[in-house]
Amino acid sequence: MIPVCRLADLPRGEAFRLETVPPVAVFHTDEGELFAIDDTCTHQDASLSDGWLEGCEVECPLHASKFDLRTGAVDAPPARLPVRTHQVLVEDGMVYVLLCDTPPPLPPCAAARVVGAAE
Amino acid sequence: MRAVTVVGASLAGLSAARALRRQGYDGRLAIVGDEHHRPYDRPPLSKEFLAGEISEAALALEAEGEELRADWLLGATAVGLDRRDRSVRLADGRTVRSDGVVIATGAAARTLPGAAGLAGVHVLRTLDDARALRQDLLLGGRLVVIGGGFIGAEVAATAHGLGLDVTVVEAAPTPLAGPLGGTMAAAVAALHADHGVRLLCGVGVAALSGGRRVDAVVLDDGRQLPADTVVVGVGVRPRVEWLAGSGVALRDGVECDAKGGTSIPGVVAVGDCAAWYDPTAGAHRRVEHWTAARERPATAVAALLSGGLATPEPPRPPYFWSDQYGVRIQFAGHAGGADSVTVEEGDPADRSFVAVYRCGGRPVAVLGMDRTRPFTRWRRQLADSAATPAAGAP
Repeated sequence: MIPVCRLADLPRGEAFRLETVPPVAVFHTDEGELFAIDDTCTHQDASLSDGWLEGCEVECPLHASKFDLRTGAVDAPPARLPVRTHQVLVEDGMVYVLLCDTPPPLPPCAAARVVGAAE
Repeated sequence: MRAVTVVGASLAGLSAARALRRQGYDGRLAIVGDEHHRPYDRPPLSKEFLAGEISEAALALEAEGEELRADWLLGATAVGLDRRDRSVRLADGRTVRSDGVVIATGAAARTLPGAAGLAGVHVLRTLDDARALRQDLLLGGRLVVIGGGFIGAEVAATAHGLGLDVTVVEAAPTPLAGPLGGTMAAAVAALHADHGVRLLCGVGVAALSGGRRVDAVVLDDGRQLPADTVVVGVGVRPRVEWLAGSGVALRDGVECDAKGGTSIPGVVAVGDCAAWYDPTAGAHRRVEHWTAARERPATAVAALLSGGLATPEPPRPPYFWSDQYGVRIQFAGHAGGADSVTVEEGDPADRSFVAVYRCGGRPVAVLGMDRTRPFTRWRRQLADSAATPAAGAP
């Protein structure tokens, strides 16, 4: 379980980028729900925590691919691969994520960097 | 409605087909495309694909296993539309009859007179164009790009990255002054000089010289620019000539109402070929952006299926991006009506900033260079402010 930030520091409509490898985006929706997905868009290297959050959907800030925060599924192209979803927990006012353990589908350039970082 | 024909198999056509199925349309669906390829993504053609960083397979727009239950008529060019039975006539003599037609025939790259038949001269619009241009860029040497707009600038940046000697020729005093306004256009155009790419402004092209293959670009002022390869990036024209005489009202593109409806019931138009009425501007506007081609078909399809009764959500402010020399350029809104431009953070001199365009104090557009997060905030604010009446308005 990885600590993210205090819930009070993540207002509704905002996102937090967790600097894991690969990074994770934690969203607090306008409706008050918390979701965590891979931060890197599966189309090209862009940070989804910088994206446009609307309802349970985030739009990539670069090329406007849309992902469902609940399932990680692609709602709109150009992305074709889903992002992974991770579990979010709140304990004593602190937000935590529990990373899922399947390998991430990353765009080619970001994947190369992750491999490079691991070496 | 039991049969719908979508004419055009790129992003706008595919988005229309998807919208039809998503909105519950269960009838026959034909998709006509004049290229032989399944729908593919065009923006990478001037960038990652041209650079050889991604493959053709990565350009596909359809998801794996996606099933639209459509008859795909690819390599088939529409040559006419008969308003009486909404039949689409194809170049090979076939006709496709339907109850509803979605026109999504896009735009074609403009060419220069005298360029036809000269090897080494390219436009860039289709996958086949990009394949051919890439072959020539791999030969190296000198590239002259005619037109300093987004396509020209992106090709210049990609070719520079591939090691070519690149010159960009622009007829206007500053490229992109139309979409970005003069001051900010200059900041974006400065990227060329940063990377040692020559930008010649305020000069037109008189001729292309060469025997079988181009060897130089001759400018209006008599200068000759030696060239091994030339790219002509001087804009596009809507592909609507096939609708001549059909009764579909045309202007710069297909004249549409604010939901994509044309002058003929049961016929809507989307994407680069469509000039939708923009109530905020009080005029018809053709929008050539990728995001419009993806978003607007849902509105047009809702109008088609409801006989024009559906009330669409107002479209979001137009948004586009460009990647040049590793810098991410993003723009949203309309710069045309602005009376001021303010740099809100960063510095154009560092090629990293956000600038906001205002009209009477109200934000109407935003430009970002390598500032994705604040850009998105401003873009949202723009959409919110467009959805509410102007402060102080009667």
